Amino acid sequence: MNNWSWSYVGEIMPDILKGLWITVQATIYGSLVSFALGLVWALALRAPSRWVTWPVSVFVEFIRNTPLLVQLFFLFFVLPGWGLTFAPLTTGVIGLGLHYSTYTSEVYRAGIEGVPPGQWEAATALSLPARRTWIAVILPQAFRRVVPALGNYVIAMFKDTPLLAGITVADMLFQANSISATTFDYLEPITVVGILFVVISYPTSLLLRALERRLVR
Amino acid sequence: MSADSNHPKDHTGETTSPAESGGGAELIRFDKVTKRFGTHTVLDSLDFTVSSGKHVTLIGPSGSGKTTILRLLMTLLKPDEGTIKVGGQYLTHEEKGGKLVPAGEKHTREVRKKIGMVFQQFNLFPNMKVLRNITEAPVHVLGMDKDAAEERARELLDLVGLTEHLDKYPTQLSGGQQQRVAIARALAMRPQVLLLDEVTSALDPELVAGVLDVLRDIAHTTDITMLCVTHEMNFARDISDDVLMFDAGRVIESGSPEKIFTEPEHERTREFLSAVL
Repeated sequence: MNNWSWSYVGEIMPDILKGLWITVQATIYGSLVSFALGLVWALALRAPSRWVTWPVSVFVEFIRNTPLLVQLFFLFFVLPGWGLTFAPLTTGVIGLGLHYSTYTSEVYRAGIEGVPPGQWEAATALSLPARRTWIAVILPQAFRRVVPALGNYVIAMFKDTPLLAGITVADMLFQANSISATTFDYLEPITVVGILFVVISYPTSLLLRALERRLVR
Repeated sequence: MSADSNHPKDHTGETTSPAESGGGAELIRFDKVTKRFGTHTVLDSLDFTVSSGKHVTLIGPSGSGKTTILRLLMTLLKPDEGTIKVGGQYLTHEEKGGKLVPAGEKHTREVRKKIGMVFQQFNLFPNMKVLRNITEAPVHVLGMDKDAAEERARELLDLVGLTEHLDKYPTQLSGGQQQRVAIARALAMRPQVLLLDEVTSALDPELVAGVLDVLRDIAHTTDITMLCVTHEMNFARDISDDVLMFDAGRVIESGSPEKIFTEPEHERTREFLSAVL
């Protein structure tokens, strides 16, 4: 069994931190894509026409029920054959955002349905147009309810980013793996990566819990 | 009577009492309106009119269809049969090519602007401060200038005695205060008709009087038409020109408050009043 070497940790840290920055970027942009697309799906699923709800519902179920890694491979290896090529990180962001949007759409749905019917009735009684009702009345109240759940998906997404290593995104795991492949020493790089995930995920989840308490008041 | 003339005037302003206004032209007409929930018929071919400027109170046992009437007028429900007219215009229908067809949203919204409603549960927007609760619709529905809407909101808050609370969120107010804001919010749209749906039922007893005082004030100082569902019989007696007694989706008796409360003709009215008074 290998012995732990702090000096080796010191040597590999710059590359691992470079990977961490990529991981954080993928999570932030992936989250933003998933927040926006999830809202689009949630609103589309409430459309009065089945011509809208049916295809959206099939698409959302399809994405939700296929593994993220398969989707990433599809985006990265299949789409270029059809003339659609993106950089690895962009592909990763699209994949993460699209995959998680099917979960955030459920979060939005619950948030929207959680707004009391009296709010819709008051908006009707004041003759607010549908667009204004959504923007000024329903969504601000729904967002308040969904922030904690959305936050949990951000953490889940953060922990899913190592899958991006599979499509050559130089994230933390990719960096650790590259280092280990050269030195044949896996203990420190992989352990450091694991610890960095905990160091970021755990305080974030504590922060979310605090936010939840604040919003629920 | 123009819609603009219907807003509450300041306490020094000259106003026309409802009695003097005499109940002008017909403002609301229910024509053979039927409303069913599943197999249960709540309103059964109801005919019913309210003249402009009148204060009409609907009384009757729970489930007799009183609130359904208000909700139909506010287009929160659609009638299964029959038509409703407000100010001579069909509410949920429109005439196209000489035929009566279900109204589009635009038409309904136009007619609905004549109506304001105050709900049992207030239904203020919790994400907006008091002032914005009141200005939101005048700005975005009536197209009022923001400053003018705020000016009017301040006048209305003064009317309901809450000027100092304009910068608070609804949850920072008591139930009675929230309901008074809701009244101001409804009035800000300058409706011709104000619907009051059991507006004191959700309030603690000590807060009821404040809300009723505000409504009395509005009833006595404006020419707004009021349609009121309440269990506060003293209030009904005080503000009403007409009282309609409902039972099983029909008006079984109507008349002045004096007549209904002191000499009811119908046995069901007597039973109901003896139970609630």
